Amino acid sequence: MVVSTEADLDRPNIEEYLSADSIHEPLMNLQLRDLLDLSPRLSEAAGAIVDDSFTRCFKSNSSEPWNWNVYLFPLWCLGVAIRYCILFPVSVSILAIGWLIFFAAFLPVHFLLTGTNKWRHYIERALVEMICSVFVASWTGVVKYHGPRPSMRSHQVFVANHTSMIDFIILEQMTAFAVIMQKHPGWVGFIQTHILESVGCIWFNRTEAKDREIVARKLRQHVQGADNNPLLIFPEGTCVNNHYTVMFKKGAFELGCAVCPIAIKYNKIFVDAFWNSKKQSFTKHLFRLMTSWAVVCDVWYLEPQYLRPGETPIEFAERVREMISARAGLKKVPWDGYLKYYRPSPKLTERKQQIFAESVLKTLEK
Amino acid sequence: MGNTSSMLTQYDIEEVQEHCNHAFSQQEIVSLYHRFCQLDRSGSGFISSDEFLSVPEFAVNPLSQRLLRMLDGLNFKEFVAFLSAFSSRTTLQQKIEFIFKVYDLEFNGKVSFNDIMSVLRDLTGSFMTEQQRQKALTHVFEEAGFSQDTSLSVADFIKVLGSSDLKMEVEVPVD
Repeated sequence: MVVSTEADLDRPNIEEYLSADSIHEPLMNLQLRDLLDLSPRLSEAAGAIVDDSFTRCFKSNSSEPWNWNVYLFPLWCLGVAIRYCILFPVSVSILAIGWLIFFAAFLPVHFLLTGTNKWRHYIERALVEMICSVFVASWTGVVKYHGPRPSMRSHQVFVANHTSMIDFIILEQMTAFAVIMQKHPGWVGFIQTHILESVGCIWFNRTEAKDREIVARKLRQHVQGADNNPLLIFPEGTCVNNHYTVMFKKGAFELGCAVCPIAIKYNKIFVDAFWNSKKQSFTKHLFRLMTSWAVVCDVWYLEPQYLRPGETPIEFAERVREMISARAGLKKVPWDGYLKYYRPSPKLTERKQQIFAESVLKTLEK
Repeated sequence: MGNTSSMLTQYDIEEVQEHCNHAFSQQEIVSLYHRFCQLDRSGSGFISSDEFLSVPEFAVNPLSQRLLRMLDGLNFKEFVAFLSAFSSRTTLQQKIEFIFKVYDLEFNGKVSFNDIMSVLRDLTGSFMTEQQRQKALTHVFEEAGFSQDTSLSVADFIKVLGSSDLKMEVEVPVD
């Protein structure tokens, strides 16, 4: 699930976020040693090999085993038995009943109440909220919402940090948001195209440049309409493991309307809610959540923010990221989440080269 | 040890420690092993160039292509030996020898004017012309008392870099 607009997708513009990290001390007099000494660059490279902030953002942290003890082990076994043999079947039946009710109501409404019927929108919205509550119930979700609930109003956009597709479900059960999301295959894709369309969700393919233009246009149209459901965007564009936040895409911050930040923090006591989409299908992810004791999380609706005079959309995005990170206790890293899919732009390397070249050239002039 | 899912035994750790001249503690080696397995996504027992480049902080380094030639196809033991140059327990001389190896990609024990030029090319890219690079390097070569056709040996490197306060340390995170 992803937000995006225009050109910022094609080239991750990290350089705008990084401070001048490696400015060399001005060389007074160029010596052979200055050219031969590769240690700063080599240390950087080795440092990145040993540990890097980017990979850490997408690492699923496995929980510490606590059951290796004669007293605890039988307890743990009992827990497994309950979780898989009782809790899981209960969860599945809740889901099944939920879907039955949903379709029983949704299909007639969807096909019989045609045209721009106000009732149709109202009922469909309620049904989507209902099915999301069913999903949350199926993982025994314990969600605490802090702050005022979002209201329907034009010229506002909600942005939240992103850990898993379940973020969306958790937020959707309170308010029927229209979400900008990545198109998924399989049954998730089916739900996207057939059901979520009714609440005004917009989806696209991360890798298709054409899709992005369409999304950017739809986005602008959507925030203008007063009757539309509030818009929700995950500006990180990818799932992060809920310990870090990666760069926010500036698309949501250029719409010229109020940005309402939402911070989501999961408690990992029972299960890690991070969805590592490269390793796990969403179905498996849901299975893991449904066989755990509970999914515990906190959601904070923060105060709406506006673009300050003289502030660029990128600075604005960073300010909102700072707010969300502070509230949810996440660390900020200066990387674009899309680097999971693309190599960093050569611009970054070039900047390092430029700094070094300039310091050498300066001494040559003397 | 190619099997990424296996655990390190104490024998393995000691063997690796031996191989890197005790540059890392046992805990650091375990930590490096986890990192190695994390980077080796395909589980092939070595980290491919593509896997190295998936670390953005590494990919943006101007020397990354050069280092990849040294890192290509290293198994875990060799990987640790490579990193041992960055340990705080490694002597200055060993660190300088490592830098020498970065220049001497043909392993002939000599670094020529052209070898240094090609590293300088990596470091400055399009921001210096070939003439400017040539001029800068000739200048410092003469100042240090070398002529353009001299090839530098490890001993020369130690002489040049030995007196500077070389800082080349990387801390291995241990949890």
